[in-house]
Amino acid sequence: MKKEHQDIIDQYSEILPPYILGQIDQYLPSSSTKVQVEKVLSKVIEAFETAKVNPGECVGLVSAESIGEPGTQMTLNTFHLAGVAEVQVTTGLPRIIEIFDAQKSIKTPMMEIYLKDSHNSVDAVRKFAAKIKSTLFGEFAKEYSLDIFDQKLQVLLNKEFLADHEITAKDLAKSIKLKSKGFVIVVEDDRIIFEHKGKPEEIKELYNLKNKIRLVKVKGLKGITQVLPVKRGEKYLVLTAGTNLKDVLDLPEVDVTRTTSNDIHEVYSVLGVEAARQIIINEVFKVIESQGLNVDLRHIMLVADIMCVGGNIKGITRYGVVSEKASVLARASFETPVKHIINAALEGEVDYLTSVVENVMINQPVPLGTGLPGLITKLK
Amino acid sequence: MTMDALKHSLVPKHSKLSDNEKAVLLEKYAAELKQLPRIYGSDPALSSLSVKEGDIIKIERASKTAGIFAYYRVVTGN
Repeated sequence: MKKEHQDIIDQYSEILPPYILGQIDQYLPSSSTKVQVEKVLSKVIEAFETAKVNPGECVGLVSAESIGEPGTQMTLNTFHLAGVAEVQVTTGLPRIIEIFDAQKSIKTPMMEIYLKDSHNSVDAVRKFAAKIKSTLFGEFAKEYSLDIFDQKLQVLLNKEFLADHEITAKDLAKSIKLKSKGFVIVVEDDRIIFEHKGKPEEIKELYNLKNKIRLVKVKGLKGITQVLPVKRGEKYLVLTAGTNLKDVLDLPEVDVTRTTSNDIHEVYSVLGVEAARQIIINEVFKVIESQGLNVDLRHIMLVADIMCVGGNIKGITRYGVVSEKASVLARASFETPVKHIINAALEGEVDYLTSVVENVMINQPVPLGTGLPGLITKLK
Repeated sequence: MTMDALKHSLVPKHSKLSDNEKAVLLEKYAAELKQLPRIYGSDPALSSLSVKEGDIIKIERASKTAGIFAYYRVVTGN
């Protein structure tokens, strides 16, 4: 772009946001004169000023309507689409509710793990996927046999499965050592035999042992139950069911700048409140987009901002955002009114009637739009 | 944890305001500290900044609608 255009545009940096200035800069023909540039800028300022939200405009109400109306259509769509995706994912209204309520445990926690460029090949991705998948002892066992006469438990191992995971029977025995105290472990080529230390006791103990060792995690990361290597564009990535963002980010192969989880609380504890806000926006937008609906991003941003304003994540529930409201009447109007009113009475709480809901309830003008400014009249 | 949260693409740039900038900001928005959005001092994104209670953190968010814009949060205890 021409230098003189840049100079003129720079003068407006206080009035217009950088994004709009960048757009103007990009689309101005280089042949335009100084007068023309200024004319364009003044037109843009005019359009920008009319597009601004007026003071006192109830943006929250507009957001609520704008998200709520498409939401009514979403409910119907959800049931038709269930089970279509390759990995089961919660979408539609149930997912929206999960996010906005900031639920601690979500139905389908997932991660998208990107790998560093040096690991961007089919083999590397496969190997990595096998490495992080949490594999239990039970998956390696082909057959259990209880020998009642000799008081022994024999576990026959699946040799091919062991070879796939590059694990030997010895490694397996090591991983279950802690859980099988009081037993002698004999490792053979394709089997592990457990025997009582000292004198044989009840057979029931061996049976309990079997159930216990089956659930011991042999390798992988805690919580990651399924892995799916996929190719997206030029990049290979691993989709997982189950999340463990903290441990995954510590692995050397992982591209730490892009790997994400869809669990808001996990992102909050690993990356902070700003990342959590962004995840809320991304996840809600993803759902709305996948349903073929069209909601302006700014409405979602407003909700995400409200949820994250206190430095942690608060859901749009009576325990979250609503509990922070200053007015008793406003809180009571949301859910469980009697509880709020009784508690307020016990504590002698005062309601200053500074916000909207409480004024609607007692039939007073609300501080919104033209109700917001007060009039000062000069009396003669 | 070994990685720096600020390196992640989801985390916008965080920086601490000087006392002078702080005064200018509060003057501009005619606001008090307690009216600003909050961020906990223990937030992973603040691990490389040495912050104390009452500091203002400037967050430069990338937005699809407004390009890069500044958001401010005040640090509260732990």
